[in-house]
Amino acid sequence: MISLPWFLGLSAVLFTIGTIGVLIRRNAVVMFMSVELMLNAVNLSLVAFSAHFGDVHGQMLVFFALCVAAAEAAVGLAIIIAIFRNNLSVDITKINLLRW
Amino acid sequence: MDLLHDLSYFWPAAITSIGGLAAMMAAAFKTDMRWVNAVAVFTALSATVVAASDLVAGHSGLLFSGMVAHGGTAAFGTFVVSLGTLFTLVLSRSYLEKIGHHYAEVYALILFATTGMIVLASATDLVALFVGLETMSVCLYVLAGLVRERKTGIEAALKYFLLGAFSTGFLLYGIALLYGATMSTSLDVIAATTDKGGLYWAGVGLLLVGFLFKVSAVPFHMWTPDVYQGAPTTITGYMATAAKTSAFVAFILVLGRGLQGSVEQWAPVLEIVALLTMIVGNLIALVQHDVKRMLAYSSIAHAGYALVGLTAGTLSGYDGVLFYLFAYTLMNIGAFAVLAYYETADGQERSTLEQFAGLGWQQPALGVALSIFLFSLAGMPPFAGFAGKYQVFAAAIEQGYITLALVGVLTSAAAAFYYIRVMVYLYFKSPEQPVSLPAVDRLYGWTILLLAGLTILFGVMPSLIVNLF
Repeated sequence: MISLPWFLGLSAVLFTIGTIGVLIRRNAVVMFMSVELMLNAVNLSLVAFSAHFGDVHGQMLVFFALCVAAAEAAVGLAIIIAIFRNNLSVDITKINLLRW
Repeated sequence: MDLLHDLSYFWPAAITSIGGLAAMMAAAFKTDMRWVNAVAVFTALSATVVAASDLVAGHSGLLFSGMVAHGGTAAFGTFVVSLGTLFTLVLSRSYLEKIGHHYAEVYALILFATTGMIVLASATDLVALFVGLETMSVCLYVLAGLVRERKTGIEAALKYFLLGAFSTGFLLYGIALLYGATMSTSLDVIAATTDKGGLYWAGVGLLLVGFLFKVSAVPFHMWTPDVYQGAPTTITGYMATAAKTSAFVAFILVLGRGLQGSVEQWAPVLEIVALLTMIVGNLIALVQHDVKRMLAYSSIAHAGYALVGLTAGTLSGYDGVLFYLFAYTLMNIGAFAVLAYYETADGQERSTLEQFAGLGWQQPALGVALSIFLFSLAGMPPFAGFAGKYQVFAAAIEQGYITLALVGVLTSAAAAFYYIRVMVYLYFKSPEQPVSLPAVDRLYGWTILLLAGLTILFGVMPSLIVNLF
């Protein structure tokens, strides 16, 4: 039996990797993947808490989080395709018409 | 039976979601767009009327096993969101026709976003809050990128999407940690927690970060100007008012209902954020030449004023914020509507100050209306913006936040400069080439005048709304 802190530690590490990924990567698709990593790290925490407490509310929230992540993926990839058609690139340093 | 009974107190959200489905079906059958617009407007109108009657009826309680509240703060939030949606839908038709993006899906998305906002503004459980917030956000990502051929439009959508999803991650992590600390996602149970360990504070901190992102407070404001400038103008008005209102109402519910016991810990944090937001928002707005972008920075500054009321952390502070949001919704939708008219009137895509030269003398009624909105945004009496500012600052002073109120008043005075500069261009500069703007769509014009009238009415008699709390 693996104890709760291990799950929370793994989840915190994954969340941090995701956050750093969003902050330092310059490719919109990779940034989006990092965001997904953050959301799934949170799901891991929720499931671990839920199992630890023997309470279903956390697992319920995981289902909602999964649906939301799927909806965001659909919309997000559509936006990235549209921007690729305009710029022939998904490098966010080249997407800089709006500033200041 | 319980479900039906609960639904009878939650009609506004049900109505808007059904309206959204109807608009989507209409798109599938290629129905006449005027008809689709009429259905959407009628939907929003019925939601507003039902929300207003709920507000006046004054009952309150919890619905759907404690997931959402009705009455009180939630009812007021629902009312303001529905009202903002109604005006947006009425104004969008003529604007979208002119920019050639008049699709039925736009109305479906606006109505679905409204459903999310209503859920968000009445959530008393963090699960409902998350679902409402995301329903709203996903629709708004699409709406921001509506004009996908224009590079600025799609760039706005990408920025909004990436930063919005990023902030959702923080919010969700905050919810997960609070769940771990309190074994519940219900705000009432979280409020009853006495054992506040590291998990609890980490959860509260991440939740605050997520919320501050959504209400575009400094230092989490970077997305706001880009998104507001790139999105279609009437949609920008919708995002700046209805979306912001619902996020603030949810913020009030979370702070006032779930975390009121920790007010001594979060109030100093919000105080610093409010100070920064007021100063940075107003200072950067001073140097903007694009009027739409200037209004985006001004909306950051206004989020700062609303945060002043939240920092007070009292009932009068929360009520002040609610009134502020109502006033802000009226004047900001109006201001963006006039900008939308100037932008599309004769195909010049006007948006910079220089292009606004002398426009006040064309279509004088609209020039006067824009002046009223800008005076009200600047916080001058006797307009609604003044009454709102007065209430949030008064609540802050009651709690001894003198610095906060002082900075608020000083930055408002500085803000008057950039609002009045627009009017100087409208009336006292002459354009390089003579312009003549075509007549405005009749319904569009009257709606703007109605908004201007309401801005004056609630500035002169704020008690009409204040007595409802």
